[in-house]
Amino acid sequence: MSRIKEFPLPDLGEGLVEGEILKWLVAVGDTIELNQPIVEVETAKAAVEIPAKWAGKVHAIHHQEGTTVEVGMPIISIDTDPGAGEPAEAERTPVLVGYGPRTAAASRRPRKANGSTPSVSPPPVRTTPAPPPPPPVVEAPAPPARALAKPPVRKFARDLGVDLTGLTGTGPQGSITRDDVQAAVSAPAAAPVFSAEREQRIPVKGVRKLTAENMVSSAFTAPHVTEFLTVDMTRSIKALDRLRALPEWREVRVSPLLLVAKAVLLAAGRHPMVNSTWAGDEIVVKQYVNLGIAAATDRGLIVPNIKDAGRLSLRELADAMTALVQTAKSGRTAPADMSGGTFTITNVGVFGVDSGTPILPPGESAILAFGAVKEAPWVHKGKIRVRQVTTLGLSFDHRVIDGELGSKFLRDVGAFLTDPEASLLAWT
Amino acid sequence: MAKGDRGAPVRGSEVAGEPAPDFVQLLTPDGERIEKSVGADGVEYSVEFTDEEYRELYRDLVVIRRLDAEATALQRQGELGIWASLLGQEAAQVGSGRALRPQDMAFPTYREHGVLYCRGIDPIMPLSLYRGIDQGAWDPNEFKVNMYTIVIGAQTLHATGYAMGITKDGKVGGDDGEAVICYFGDGATSQGDVNEAFIWSSVFHAPIVFFCQNNQYAISEPIEKQTRIPLYRRADGFGFPGLRVDGNDVLATYAVTRAALDNARHGQGPTLIEAYTYRMGAHTTTDDPTRYRVASEVEEWQAKDPIARVRAFVEKQQIADAAFFAEVDEQAKQESLHLRERVLAMPDPHPLTLFDNVYPNGSPVVDAQRERFAGYLDSFEGSAH
Repeated sequence: MSRIKEFPLPDLGEGLVEGEILKWLVAVGDTIELNQPIVEVETAKAAVEIPAKWAGKVHAIHHQEGTTVEVGMPIISIDTDPGAGEPAEAERTPVLVGYGPRTAAASRRPRKANGSTPSVSPPPVRTTPAPPPPPPVVEAPAPPARALAKPPVRKFARDLGVDLTGLTGTGPQGSITRDDVQAAVSAPAAAPVFSAEREQRIPVKGVRKLTAENMVSSAFTAPHVTEFLTVDMTRSIKALDRLRALPEWREVRVSPLLLVAKAVLLAAGRHPMVNSTWAGDEIVVKQYVNLGIAAATDRGLIVPNIKDAGRLSLRELADAMTALVQTAKSGRTAPADMSGGTFTITNVGVFGVDSGTPILPPGESAILAFGAVKEAPWVHKGKIRVRQVTTLGLSFDHRVIDGELGSKFLRDVGAFLTDPEASLLAWT
Repeated sequence: MAKGDRGAPVRGSEVAGEPAPDFVQLLTPDGERIEKSVGADGVEYSVEFTDEEYRELYRDLVVIRRLDAEATALQRQGELGIWASLLGQEAAQVGSGRALRPQDMAFPTYREHGVLYCRGIDPIMPLSLYRGIDQGAWDPNEFKVNMYTIVIGAQTLHATGYAMGITKDGKVGGDDGEAVICYFGDGATSQGDVNEAFIWSSVFHAPIVFFCQNNQYAISEPIEKQTRIPLYRRADGFGFPGLRVDGNDVLATYAVTRAALDNARHGQGPTLIEAYTYRMGAHTTTDDPTRYRVASEVEEWQAKDPIARVRAFVEKQQIADAAFFAEVDEQAKQESLHLRERVLAMPDPHPLTLFDNVYPNGSPVVDAQRERFAGYLDSFEGSAH
């Protein structure tokens, strides 16, 4: 028996086929004791330390850190009698568990040359009459109905869309290995290859990263529902024109978004639940509206908010919105202005699109997308007229807001934009 | 058994945090001996041991921990298919295992290696099972320990049936009466089988001790996801006494188990003991506990180690000296080396033994299957057949 013993990677957790060498805790030449931790291995189930199976001296380490090793492959050789001069060739010791140590030449025990088939008695048959004599044995072996491959390789191939029957296996008994499948997909004829020079790689950081985190967090936490309402905004547009004509509004930047904001603030007062936060075991309904306005900037999307916007007069609201957007575009928005939002409006209309299904900023229960205001044929007082029409899209968190509440809120926003004067008289 | 009013609402922290005040403890984590401790059943528990008995309890604890560590290493070296470590639960197993009288019958889960050891079963037995050599090869009648049960909680029904049986056999009542102990974990208490066993045992007054090692995790599921009240209080609803013991205290575990078994053997019916302990290692070698529990929690329990407190106590009392500790360590080392050698030398079972022990008196169907399989094996070159 050789004194150099190879230790194969065992199946560390019930049916695993491979493990990754995380860290070697010993080096070649180290003297080690029985059960001394030698290596950390991570499998699909756990990261574990493997204790030395023999005391002795580390003769060789066969796989570097970071490599994935199949169960049964030797990972370390240990000289179990380092005092006895030059070692002879290594001996591989079998492991009990797993698929066992293998060499490429390993194969099944051969069947006996003849007489083997008759020696297997047929399964007992109880009451059926004597079976017909078996057909003569045909010597020519039928081609395998199914290509040989281990289940993980089959899955790997299926995932990559590779048909195993077309492959030539290089594994034991001609079985198809993972490498064979990989080679098949990497075959040059498969698809045109685009060089990396024609791809741009942008590091994910800053606003992009934050936006991504927030959107993923919100999209996969809050069950979103989106509703749409198309409204005739002609009277709102005319109201804005009249507003601009007033002397004290002459210097003020006035846009349809201002009226949408006003509509949201008034409607939120009528339906406070839309201005709330889902907090796990309770819903926090806020009596103030920190109105967020999504702004596209050079740095990416930011959503500053106007604190307690419901208390502002229309003039104050207009000034606040102008200041907010200008600050955002110049990249000077303070962190405090971006936190604490309770309801957000995203003005996708400025990009010329009709509507969208916005994703909630985390912690908010509703968000309104304001689409482009376009001239469109509209039934007005029983006749088809050209009117200023827009589409509103409201997304809301169904944990907090049911369809009824969401619909009523959206209907109220629409009602204001359809007839702002009447709504103001009726609601305030 | 009269009990005080314990119907007050329970705070969640009683489940997950510090144990309730009615936790029986006779040896603190610092090794201070407590004279008497009153359980939730209103009974005052105490225990008296000779110096020699204290030393032997210490020896048991150290040896079973060392053997357990050896088994874990053997699994990592590819010599066992899987291993369920008892690390941290030594006191619960030795305390209860040593409390059994010779005539008592134990129904283990698959982790009771310490109980098997206390019953005199060769420590290689659980390893040959986990090596896939056999299905558990000790004689349950000789050692009065049933086979390991892998199905969670199923043994509670087997144990209940056995306990009802010995009652019908007239073996219950009196000092030499028989009793049954049934082991299970905190996770098993959520199983239907366990609740059915509680009902049957309660209604039929079965001579059984339900010994729940609450090691805080059902694989990865923490105890607060299993129950809103301390587990021992489940017994109230079924109509028999329940109490909680410091499962890391071998003395208290011994005292409560001995008393509960004696009640059972005298025909006083079932008791639920919740041994409050902690699984220091993984659920099994297939599990990675760092994925679901924090290191600080493990450290906290490290300070309550079941062996360290016994050692502190016997040192303080000068019951044992350095030579004794060295001797115990050496014994543990030698036993584990011996165990390793024997495991590695175990011959693979012959494939045909698969058909043994299926029916006590054979079966024509199994005989035919055996013959056919023998023919198949014989068809290979070099086969001895």
